[in-house]
Amino acid sequence: MTGRSDAVGAGSSASTAGQSPRRQELIAWSFAAPFLILFLVFMAGPILVAFVTSFTDFRVTDIRNPLAINFAGLDNYLDVLADPRFQKAAANTSVFVLVGVPLTIVLGLAAAVGLNQGVVKARALFRVGFYLPVVTSIVAIAVVWRLLLGTEVGLINGTLSIFGIDGPGWLSDQRYALWSVIAMAAWRNLGFLMVIFLAGLQTIPRDLYEAAKVDGAGAWQRFRSITLPLLRPTLLFAAVITGIGYVQFFEEVYVMTQGGPLNSTLSLALYAYSQFSFGNYGYTAAIAFVLFIAIAAVTYFQFRVLRTD
Amino acid sequence: MSTLAPARNLPPAVPASESGGQALGGGSHWWIYVLLAIGLILLVGPFIWMVLGSFKTTGELRQVPPTWWPQNPTLANYEDLFSRLNFLGYFFNSTVVAAAVTAGNVIFCSMMGYALAKLSFRGKKVLFGLVLGTLMVPGMVTFMPLFVLVANIGLVNTHAGLILPFLAGGFGVFLMRQFIGGIPDELLDAARVDGAGEHYIFWRIVMPLCGPAIATLTILTFLGSWNSFLWPLVVATSDTMYTLPVAIALFATGQQETNVALLMAGSVVVIMPVLLVFILLQRHFTQGIAMTGIK
Repeated sequence: MTGRSDAVGAGSSASTAGQSPRRQELIAWSFAAPFLILFLVFMAGPILVAFVTSFTDFRVTDIRNPLAINFAGLDNYLDVLADPRFQKAAANTSVFVLVGVPLTIVLGLAAAVGLNQGVVKARALFRVGFYLPVVTSIVAIAVVWRLLLGTEVGLINGTLSIFGIDGPGWLSDQRYALWSVIAMAAWRNLGFLMVIFLAGLQTIPRDLYEAAKVDGAGAWQRFRSITLPLLRPTLLFAAVITGIGYVQFFEEVYVMTQGGPLNSTLSLALYAYSQFSFGNYGYTAAIAFVLFIAIAAVTYFQFRVLRTD
Repeated sequence: MSTLAPARNLPPAVPASESGGQALGGGSHWWIYVLLAIGLILLVGPFIWMVLGSFKTTGELRQVPPTWWPQNPTLANYEDLFSRLNFLGYFFNSTVVAAAVTAGNVIFCSMMGYALAKLSFRGKKVLFGLVLGTLMVPGMVTFMPLFVLVANIGLVNTHAGLILPFLAGGFGVFLMRQFIGGIPDELLDAARVDGAGEHYIFWRIVMPLCGPAIATLTILTFLGSWNSFLWPLVVATSDTMYTLPVAIALFATGQQETNVALLMAGSVVVIMPVLLVFILLQRHFTQGIAMTGIK
């Protein structure tokens, strides 16, 4: 009896080894198929289409008429790179990543080390409180921050005015707007990194600290020569994941500044989105791939700097 | 961003172990408490201001110096949101989309995870690498082709259009594959010897053992979908299909821009359900990190 069904009674010697490899393969595919179909249609396919589209003059008017689309070679990429708005967006995004990532990491690490260093009481309260902003919708919390930082309603400037200080236009002055948005992003994400660092800190053996203490190492010295080196893989992970997120910053500026004033907070993602809403699909795809390359570059750079070997 | 940006929309959370209350420095230092307390005030303060502000009038919010407690607490903002504006509808849309996306991810990613972890088929390794590779692709790359696709099959401004593209994601596959990989083969082989088919084994043995992983995936996916913005902004083209983030963003940048009290109350409606769930379930949020092997 070779090709028997699965309906064999208990105690028989049926096992996958007893089934034909072909049948095993079919069963495996029956598990993989639903995901793979969705993945091909809604992820792999669109990535390919975006790539091809980035070399065409595809516009919203061609959406039901693919024959009207022409090959455009590298035109989109050349146009993107030559566009002053793109250059501004790239510069802003670079500042956002170069300042925002280290800032968020330092704050998250400080919170984690602080909690780990001797906070026994109210530990859960601190942890939950620091993590609260992470679970909130960026859009909704950006609305709140816009009001906080606003010039007429703002709590911050309102409080400053009590002390006779005339607060600046945090979001309406192009000297401050980008920094305000970066501060808000660090505020929202530091709890996420704190949690990752707390997990990393748990893996460092305590006797190392005890031994260093016996040898007379101070708190700062112990942090520098034990905590930081042993936390390197965690730091790498934190830097990569925060970097990937920050390269794509979008909601914050969509809600808080719409990229203004004078493009001072225009991000690459917001620029891509604006080109999409103008119907320049080929051009949008080219910007998206530049963004993708930026993410790959940031990740590669972080691996180079923080890798442990 | 879409659910592809883990740091922003798919946060794993607080570490599982509570045992870490060790005082490495030997004894607690009061100044650490002071610094952390200042941090806590800065992080939680805006939420308290938001909730209190939602009970104020726009006039009071514009007062200088600002008030902290509402002088004449009013529910008018919430009445406006739910009777004059369509916030009940937005709430419904957000819930339906998040629930469907979550159910899809739990089922399809678990099945794929099982195939990857416990079954053999050709091209398995390549496929897994491909799925992982797409985790790095920004949502900006796929959203334009997705929009063209959804427009061509007539799903713009429908629930299906909001849900379908996010029904199964690479993160879920990764999580479930890691977790299912930890289930001993002997257990599955014993069931096979007893004549159980793979589908029986998956639904009756593997899935019940995946409780913690499914809880993590459920929370993270629901949260990511509830907070997602770019896709619903593009696909929901009329008031009847707006999700909560789209509605609040459009109000804040358009028609209700100056109605700050209403914006406060709207933000409360978007944020508070998630905060309450987080505070209640924070233990489950904690498992994400340990499970994805991030150390």
